[in-house]
Amino acid sequence: MLKKHWPVILLGIALLVGLALPLATGASAPGFYIEVLLGGLMTGVLYSLVAMGFALIFKASGVFNFAQGTMVLFAALAVARMAESMPLWVAILLAMGIMVVLAFLIERIVLRPLVNQEGVALLMATLGVTYFLDGLGQIVWGSDVYEINLGIGKEPVMILQNVFEGGILVNKEDFAAALVATALVAALAVFFQKTPTGRALRAVADDHQAAQSIGIPLNWIWVIVWSVAGFVALVAGVIWGSKLGVQFSLSQVALKALPVVILGGFTSVTGSIVGGLIIGVGEKMSEVFLGPILVKTFDLAGGGIENWFAYVLALLFLLVRPEGLFGEKLIDRV
Amino acid sequence: MAGESNARAARIGEVILALEGVSLAFGGVKALSDISFDVREHEVRAIIGPNGAGKSSMLNVINGLYHPQQGTIRYLGREYHDMDPHEVAVSGIARTFQGLALFRGMTVLDNIMSGRNLKMHTNILLQALRIGPALREEIAHREVVEGIIDFLEIQAYRRTPVGRLPYGLQKRVDLARALATEPRILLLDEPMAGMNLEEKQDMCRFILDVNDQFGTTIVLIEHDMSVVMDISDRVVVLDYGRKIGDGTPDEVRGNRAVIDAYLGVSH
Repeated sequence: MLKKHWPVILLGIALLVGLALPLATGASAPGFYIEVLLGGLMTGVLYSLVAMGFALIFKASGVFNFAQGTMVLFAALAVARMAESMPLWVAILLAMGIMVVLAFLIERIVLRPLVNQEGVALLMATLGVTYFLDGLGQIVWGSDVYEINLGIGKEPVMILQNVFEGGILVNKEDFAAALVATALVAALAVFFQKTPTGRALRAVADDHQAAQSIGIPLNWIWVIVWSVAGFVALVAGVIWGSKLGVQFSLSQVALKALPVVILGGFTSVTGSIVGGLIIGVGEKMSEVFLGPILVKTFDLAGGGIENWFAYVLALLFLLVRPEGLFGEKLIDRV
Repeated sequence: MAGESNARAARIGEVILALEGVSLAFGGVKALSDISFDVREHEVRAIIGPNGAGKSSMLNVINGLYHPQQGTIRYLGREYHDMDPHEVAVSGIARTFQGLALFRGMTVLDNIMSGRNLKMHTNILLQALRIGPALREEIAHREVVEGIIDFLEIQAYRRTPVGRLPYGLQKRVDLARALATEPRILLLDEPMAGMNLEEKQDMCRFILDVNDQFGTTIVLIEHDMSVVMDISDRVVVLDYGRKIGDGTPDEVRGNRAVIDAYLGVSH
């Protein structure tokens, strides 16, 4: 147990200690501490959403989908621009339709001709899809910064003032976002575990050949998986877009999702959820509490931990436990 | 004994699967050369041969995984070309795998239920909501699956993740999953490989029971001759990708070329 799982145990201990220290040492007031924690969790949920898109596609088709980040941007752009001339919910439904059409086209034009090719060929193909979507997004929807207004107040509200000194500042929109994301994760879990189509998806993920031999059509499954990934991208895009504005930097979110899938495990949806939360909370906490200490001790100009925390953690995991927290150990027959 | 085999012989029907001059090569390596044989409805047809004889390639050709460069395959009187494995499955040919190819992440029940997938027709939305037709459909399929579970005597393991079962039971689940598609022809890829004597006897009994009770035509490949001879009606023998014998077990046993292939002979 200890020999096999020490990286996980070590990570767990480090996280718990890291979480406890600011409170234990009295470096932070409880109210402020909870604020930081919530902020971290909310960012984490968004990382999880993007990472889930990666994990879904990787599991079902063995493709590392480089275009996931751009799909987030593309979906957000579609919603933002269409919402200018119609109600928001219509725009979201239409955008979902667009993502399904996109899944069809990707399966037909990109995946089907490349079936049974090397993984790297498929990776390059999704790189192509990335640039294509980038360009298409600009041509059709434009390249300015657009906004998505969900109609929920963006102003922070003070809650629990009588419990903690100074209360806790929370953002209503963040809360709504976290709720939606949690609901989505739960809905997907039900879909995968309880429906025949979900069963077929899991079957394909476990063994392509056996799945085909009992009459599950791979092509159809791929369309569904890419549609689901498109749907997840849409939700992430709308939430993130309403928070930061819809702009091209949105596709960079995918770069943050990469360490999340490495930490959680490429083949695990659960892993991407847990990984996203760990990284979201970890980077926020270390930025706020560890940053000032580092700056003081080493006489630095600034911390910037938030920017590199995820990558350092992913790098460490690649060294000691390449399959991630929940991933399957890859054993290749040579 | 004689009466029983006569009764079985009487059940055997028309040719339902016929291979004509099938050749398959991977690059310069010839896996199968000019193979022809047929399979009659309700019979147990074995394909045997030493390791590397092309048995698995043969099965993969029928299954649609490999497409032969030459030759034709006629199933129910119709020729089929370049069918995908899933189309072959839809047309009524199921298979099991050599070694293990179960869906490791799932329970025994889910593995077998996934075999019902091609019979399910309600759309995804209804499935997700688990209402009306989708729920009735799920229940109907569950009944069929329960029948198969009883038949193969794996009631005790319904909720067990397949990875935790011993090898012999996993092979039984593999058989159950194939049966769940209600195939006309069942292809078995070395169903007895790696089993101990008791497991082999169980598997033989199940194969014969499937054949008897469901009338399923069985095509099985095996390199262990002794097992096959007892349960097959007719046997094809392959060696180095060529057919060297075809007939009843007794005919094949007496065939000089077959004896040479198995015992080895200096050429």
